[in-house]
Amino acid sequence: MLFNYIKIAWKVLLRHPFYTFITLFGITLTLTVLMVITSFLDHLVGSHYPENKRDRSLYIMNVALYDSAKTSMNGGALSYDFIKTHIKPLKTPENVGFSTMISSANSYLNGRRIKVSTKYCDPNFWEVTDYEFLEGKPFNHQNIANGDHVVVITDAMKKQYFEDETASAIGKMIEVDNEKFKVIGVVKSAPVTRFMTFSDVFFPYNLPKSNYQSKSIQGNFTVIILAKDKSDFVEIQKEFDASVNKIPLPIQSFGNKFDIIDVKAQPYVDTVLYSLLRNGKEIYIYIIISFIVLMLMGLPAINLVNLNVSRIMERASEIGIRKAFGAPSSSLAWQFIIENIFITMIGGGFALTLTAIIIAIFNQSGLILYADLTINFSVFGVSLLVCLIFGLLSGVVPAIRMSKMKVIDALKSS
Amino acid sequence: MIKLTNIEKVYQTSNIETLALNNINIDIKKGEFVSIMGPSGCGKSTLLNIMGLLDEPSTGTIAIDSKPVEKFTDKDLAFLRNQKIGFIFQSFHLINDLSILDNVEIPLLYRTSTSKSRRDAAKEALEKVGLSNRMKHFPNQLSGGQKQRVAIARAIVGNPEIILADEPTGNLDSAMGNEILNILLQLNAAGSTIVMVTHDENMAKKTHRLIRLFDGSQVS
Repeated sequence: MLFNYIKIAWKVLLRHPFYTFITLFGITLTLTVLMVITSFLDHLVGSHYPENKRDRSLYIMNVALYDSAKTSMNGGALSYDFIKTHIKPLKTPENVGFSTMISSANSYLNGRRIKVSTKYCDPNFWEVTDYEFLEGKPFNHQNIANGDHVVVITDAMKKQYFEDETASAIGKMIEVDNEKFKVIGVVKSAPVTRFMTFSDVFFPYNLPKSNYQSKSIQGNFTVIILAKDKSDFVEIQKEFDASVNKIPLPIQSFGNKFDIIDVKAQPYVDTVLYSLLRNGKEIYIYIIISFIVLMLMGLPAINLVNLNVSRIMERASEIGIRKAFGAPSSSLAWQFIIENIFITMIGGGFALTLTAIIIAIFNQSGLILYADLTINFSVFGVSLLVCLIFGLLSGVVPAIRMSKMKVIDALKSS
Repeated sequence: MIKLTNIEKVYQTSNIETLALNNINIDIKKGEFVSIMGPSGCGKSTLLNIMGLLDEPSTGTIAIDSKPVEKFTDKDLAFLRNQKIGFIFQSFHLINDLSILDNVEIPLLYRTSTSKSRRDAAKEALEKVGLSNRMKHFPNQLSGGQKQRVAIARAIVGNPEIILADEPTGNLDSAMGNEILNILLQLNAAGSTIVMVTHDENMAKKTHRLIRLFDGSQVS
């Protein structure tokens, strides 16, 4: 029976090539847009290299200070002193790593200037992230204690800096901002969109340029707190908030007096949104995104319902014949729903191929440095679900309407 | 087998009421071959459609195998049509997107049967009407007579007790018409109850009984 339905659906598709083209074009385009968006969002917020543990990590990237009337605000990253006093001693997390925001520096090789991104980080940074070491190893607490001038660089930096790519870079010296550093590790590059972890060159945090000795609350550092399990988030947040609450107020900073301190340990997406909105109304962003997705899916589905009604009307004679020979309305409704799902799946297949091509072109284009957009299992799953919802949305209404048609009316309409 | 009592069919348009059938009482016995004749527009096809549960009368009762069907649901009616009745239409009503074999299989799709048993039954029905060599063809590759034979194969594939034929030879030349009538006579001889609407007096004479309609009323 199912095969019979699919055979008919295939024949119907071939019968009107132009109509089929319009239908499949609509489905393919909509699904492609959805899948590329999903893939892009997944790239931005999902757990990917080198932040594979993002789903059990809390981030702190900003601390804001307000006066009592909230008329003035001073926001920025955290100081090493704040991290040392209020985050490192936390007992509930599995690990805490920190690094500075991305900054840029100049490096010179044979008179040629190379602009590089730099980050200062602590040894635990290599544990809370998942950087893959292609050569050497990360710097450790001993390097920090010794004040060693060592660096970890990316493979892209190695390729750019050292003429012989094949030879090991370990032990070689690189010059950044007129200072020389010994390379002790080479990691695989990460996309620039993972700004909490991206860099070309990673220095130990206690080099003077990191400004780690500042005693104010604000500084250059961001923190990744790794929980043993996602379920520990509440406990960690509670412990962190309790520690922050012990800070005596008001705080004097840059000649101003601040009475309120606002700093939160949150999952990645909330951290980014909170730093942008800073009003706790991230829910509206989610609602807007959901609405856009619904519109993207809903409008073509409504359009498809109309197209399907006229297409199924054309097949009134077939409905009449099937009913005359004993097809109950429910069987016919299922037939049209299955046909629609089948057509939508074909559109889904095209969309998947098109998305793969678009993603490959995007990754190659260099629009986002080292972009690694993928159609992973979750993206494919969402797309498949979208295909099914599409098939149902655009098939159910016409199918039920047509299956309720009187036999004699259906036969006469031919 | 089929009993119609006080059947009336009224078509209602915005201002006009048309009486298509008026006080029809017919009792068709098992194994009978009955023909229905009358001028165009006298209600022959409407009567056949009501007998076949494709259309509802405005008033009156229908009983199939002594069971009144007024209170049957859509699902019950579909089941009854599927099990008991086979239709042959003047314009064949084949699905052009399906092969001959797939067309013949249609009534069996709505029964519990395996794919193989459906295929076998459809092949057997096509053999009975002499079209076993055309199974993989499509309707638009056949002549009118061949299409009607496919329609007969589809009507008999599920071994229904009743065959309702609405002008089965209306679109065919006389030689082909006779061939189709012979197949129907053979089916009747094998035990099927057949009701046939026809314009052809000679064909009607070959059946057991003739019902004449005029302006929606039964005149003989």
